[in-house]
Amino acid sequence: MSDTAVIVDESKKSIWGGGVAPMKASYGKLMMWFFLVSDAFTFSALLITYGVIRFSHPAYEGAIKDFVFSQEYWPVPEKVFEAVPFLHGVNLPLAFVGIMTFILILSSVTMVLAVEAGERMDRKGVEKWMLWTILGGITFLSCQAWEWSHFIHGVEQADGSFFHASLSANPYGPQNFAALFFFITGFHGFHVLSGVVLNFAIFFQTVTGKLERVGHYEMIEKVGLYWHFVDLVWVFVFTFFYLV
Amino acid sequence: MEQTTQVEVKPVNKAKVRHFVKVMLYLAAITFIEFAIAFTVPHEYKWLRIVVFIVLTIFKAYYIVSEFMHLGHERRSLKMTIILPMLFVVFLIFILIFQAHAIFQVLY
Repeated sequence: MSDTAVIVDESKKSIWGGGVAPMKASYGKLMMWFFLVSDAFTFSALLITYGVIRFSHPAYEGAIKDFVFSQEYWPVPEKVFEAVPFLHGVNLPLAFVGIMTFILILSSVTMVLAVEAGERMDRKGVEKWMLWTILGGITFLSCQAWEWSHFIHGVEQADGSFFHASLSANPYGPQNFAALFFFITGFHGFHVLSGVVLNFAIFFQTVTGKLERVGHYEMIEKVGLYWHFVDLVWVFVFTFFYLV
Repeated sequence: MEQTTQVEVKPVNKAKVRHFVKVMLYLAAITFIEFAIAFTVPHEYKWLRIVVFIVLTIFKAYYIVSEFMHLGHERRSLKMTIILPMLFVVFLIFILIFQAHAIFQVLY
């Protein structure tokens, strides 16, 4: 039998037949994608819940300039989100959240630049861009902390009382409005926090030269996927909470 | 121990960096348009505003997923693995919007 030849036709071999990576992505990258799909479901469920609860409450019908906060109808977002740090009492609707959105987009760009530097094995470049990304994440979290404390601490009224929202009381609108605001932006903020921690972990691995010794910077790419996802979720939170 | 092998650093891929900056400008421009609509289109056109906001958001999401997350340049099988499960989200939106309408009818 030693003279029997086995001919394998390479052209007809399926890429799913084993021996190759059919999606041309590493195990770690695929698993990150699958995790993000599940996380996308979680955030979709939360935002759809927001939609359902909002549509089960009456909407404000009158003219925008006559709008007053009431528990009877859902508030108009641009009337709620109008405060900016250091500009106390100035009415700047949606300005602060616009700044936050831009910070997160910028940190997404510095993240792709870190990935690009990693592909070139440029350790200094990865360090520089990762540092900017971490800085962007921390700035975003600080903005969110300010926004939360603004709502919780409240605005002082003429009679000395405070106009403030919490999980148990909310003068801006129906009770669920505050509950959903704190829950959804909080859940997103916690994702940003985990992202900053992960970013710092890979920044540390870059600085100590671990990734260079491994021989590639794919870890930056994987954590980058997570970071962009956090930006992606914010795009949706921004639309459904602040614009619509 | 002295390091004997030197890591070769390749020069910056200028075309790629330009491309990312371009995507960032698109995202910034779309956000700016959203702000412009929020302040110029009156609230009487509620549904028009909502539809335009959602369409622009999907554009932004497309650019982030396709370019920043690089999904647009992956194998077709990977793209479909990630995108197709999102149909469940569309399904959930439809059934729960009707549900919300029904709850509203009962309550008010």
